[in-house]
Amino acid sequence: MSLLELDGVKVHFPIKKGIFVDRTVGHVYAVDGVSLKVEAGETYGLVGESGCGKTTLGRSVLRLVDITEGSVVLDGTDLAKLPGEEMRRFRRRLQMVFQDPLGSLNPRQNIESILSEGMIAHGIGKDQEERREKIKSILDKVGLPSNALSRYPHEFSGGQRQRIGIARALVLEPDVIICDEPVSALDVSVQAQVINLLDELQEELGLTYLVIAHDLAVVRHISDTIGVMYLGSLVEEAPSDALYAEPKHPYTKALMSAVPVPDPEVEDRRERILLTGDLPSPANPPSGCRFHTRCPWAQAERCATERPQLRDLGDGHRVACHFAEEIASGELALTRPTGIEAVTEGEGAVVEQTEDEAKVPAVLLPADSTTKPDATAVKEKVPSAAEAPGDRTAGAVAKDLDAAGPDASDSDKEQDKTG
Amino acid sequence: MSVATKTDKIQRLAELTAGSETSTGASLWREALGRLKTSKMAIIGAVIIAAFVVVAIVGPFLAPHSPSAQIWRGEVFPNKGEFVGARGENWFGLDHLGRDLFSRMLVGARQTLLVGIVATLIGLVAGFVIGIVSGAAATLGGETGQRVDSVIMRFIDMMLALPSLLLAVSIAAVMGQSLTTVMIAVGVVQVPVFARLLRGAMLVQGGADYVLAAQSLGVRKRRIVLSQILPNSLSPVIVQATLSLATAIIEAAALSYLGLGNPDPAIPEWGVMLAQAQRFFSYAPMMGVYPAVGIIITALGFTLLGEAMREALDPKLKG
Ligand SMILES: Nc1ncnc2c1ncn2[C@@H]1O[C@H](COP(=O)(O)OP(=O)(O)OP(=O)(O)O)[C@@H](O)[C@H]1O
Ligand code: SF4
Ligand SMILES: [Mg+2]
Repeated sequence: MSLLELDGVKVHFPIKKGIFVDRTVGHVYAVDGVSLKVEAGETYGLVGESGCGKTTLGRSVLRLVDITEGSVVLDGTDLAKLPGEEMRRFRRRLQMVFQDPLGSLNPRQNIESILSEGMIAHGIGKDQEERREKIKSILDKVGLPSNALSRYPHEFSGGQRQRIGIARALVLEPDVIICDEPVSALDVSVQAQVINLLDELQEELGLTYLVIAHDLAVVRHISDTIGVMYLGSLVEEAPSDALYAEPKHPYTKALMSAVPVPDPEVEDRRERILLTGDLPSPANPPSGCRFHTRCPWAQAERCATERPQLRDLGDGHRVACHFAEEIASGELALTRPTGIEAVTEGEGAVVEQTEDEAKVPAVLLPADSTTKPDATAVKEKVPSAAEAPGDRTAGAVAKDLDAAGPDASDSDKEQDKTG
Repeated sequence: MSVATKTDKIQRLAELTAGSETSTGASLWREALGRLKTSKMAIIGAVIIAAFVVVAIVGPFLAPHSPSAQIWRGEVFPNKGEFVGARGENWFGLDHLGRDLFSRMLVGARQTLLVGIVATLIGLVAGFVIGIVSGAAATLGGETGQRVDSVIMRFIDMMLALPSLLLAVSIAAVMGQSLTTVMIAVGVVQVPVFARLLRGAMLVQGGADYVLAAQSLGVRKRRIVLSQILPNSLSPVIVQATLSLATAIIEAAALSYLGLGNPDPAIPEWGVMLAQAQRFFSYAPMMGVYPAVGIIITALGFTLLGEAMREALDPKLKG
């Protein structure tokens, strides 16, 4: 049995209206039936556009949001059914690392106090002396000096703060750590360090990770299995290598085609899928296949009415698409011909431009463009005839380069900005 | 990598290590205090307040004459409009009953400070309790908590809608005219202000990631409220308490002026003195000017300090 198993997890937020008595007028279907398994000692990477429910899913595992339906089973115990106090004690085994390192640290507590909080809550350590010893050894593990103890969060750099966040999770010796976009708020140059740290810790302590990211580049290197989320549910799940080698769901194909290939020749020839339309609102998701409003292969009848379930296509490659096989074999014709853009001659220039961009050190690129790369790329509208397709694609590729930042930087020095 | 970027990096590293050696764990409170010490506004405010407090404490012992004895009764004729202004023996002159105004001002400071502090304390304590219950219920109480919170808040809204004057008059009707009436009336009006302020700050802090982090650590709810949410929600309340000392003194003066204050003429209070002076304003304006200026200056002191504290505590201005 897997260490962590989610079965049909749904989290629906009621939308309330009314002045005196709140009436529920609808729901935000933030997470709408997710089943996945995380094996002990492995890393499960969860990717998807902004707003697809990744954070909500991560929080539901810790029951920081109410689970509407479904079960979250950790080592044989269904967390969704645990009464409050027992859940509180169970949290020791499940920890979380947050996206915003500064926001997740209490500005009025010093590091010792922040790191003691969890141990006090679970009665670990006889006295503060004993706890301090433990904290010091953990600080050492995450690469922070022990004089950090008496300092406050605002006195550290972004990367150091995230190390504090990781240390806070580690002091409780959890089995599973959920990392919600652990590096997306960090400087590109520091991202790789934090990812490496997580990797090392996993090896040393045998941790199990559920890593959430909207950036394929971040999860690629550390994940054993990757799940792709779209509008509250998983559309594809596969071992990391298999997913990258051959994405089978149209949405994953689109996400992948936004990631540039280092080899210019391949980069030149590969096809790019640009999705049309915006992400539908999770308060009013499309019928049938959630992706049919944007899918380039959407079939008239079936896709709009019948919701595809995850099917195993062999070797643990699970896809939620009625026509996955047909699309893979090329039998199925595109129904939205504009949605796919074959590389045309005009794009020879694009590649050059891309290389120019690549010469700029990743550190110098604006940090905020790294935060939502796939979302912007996917949301790109189909180019109209008036637009020069080359220019637009160049923009998209440049963004992707940012996204690939962590690979590019191999510096191990602490060079993140202070404050 | 070019030499330029390399030296740049080394430079940055050097700055980083230098920075970490000098900083020795300064909490936000201590930093705010440091900022406060360098603020001119805060210093002026603090000096005024300190002077006022000193006068309030030692004033009665320094008073050259008795504040209630009508020593020079024979020299003033209010009906004829004959008053005695400042003179060697009586620095501020005499009031309409022939009492030494300077002594009355000195002794009255204590009552005025008392009214301000007690009224603010009433508002602060009651508002704090309501605010903390409401804020805790709204942030961590789940669905039931939110319902509790909205009931409390509707009640607070009703209190806010009550004009303080009306409230004071009705309290006076029940309890009779006295200084206590004034203090309660002024204090009760402050309750919803403090309650709303604290609840609002707690609601903002309750949604912060560090609260979520504490929850995921398994910290108990009561501790989350007391050691995580509350300390971060205090600054607006502290600022408001300082500012509200100023308004309380002014409001208490206003209520005394309207005759709801202490009817005992033996105990001087600046608001009451102002009220008494109004009848003779055309003959002896200075009789009203002294207490009025006293009230204005003390209120100014508290306001200056409050505003300086607001600036010092504002995390957005943090360097
Ligand atoms: N407490 C809440 N109440 C109502 N709606 C919510 C709540 N939390 C999240 N949502 C909604 O649920 C959806 C999923 O949000 P979520 O934060 O899980 O997305 P995400 O995938 O983590 O996105 P991002 O990449 O931006 O972090 C969004 O539409 C969001 O507006
Ligand atoms: S089921 Fe239909 S709409 Fe959904 S991904 Fe497959 S082809 Fe596209
Ligand atoms: Mg998120």
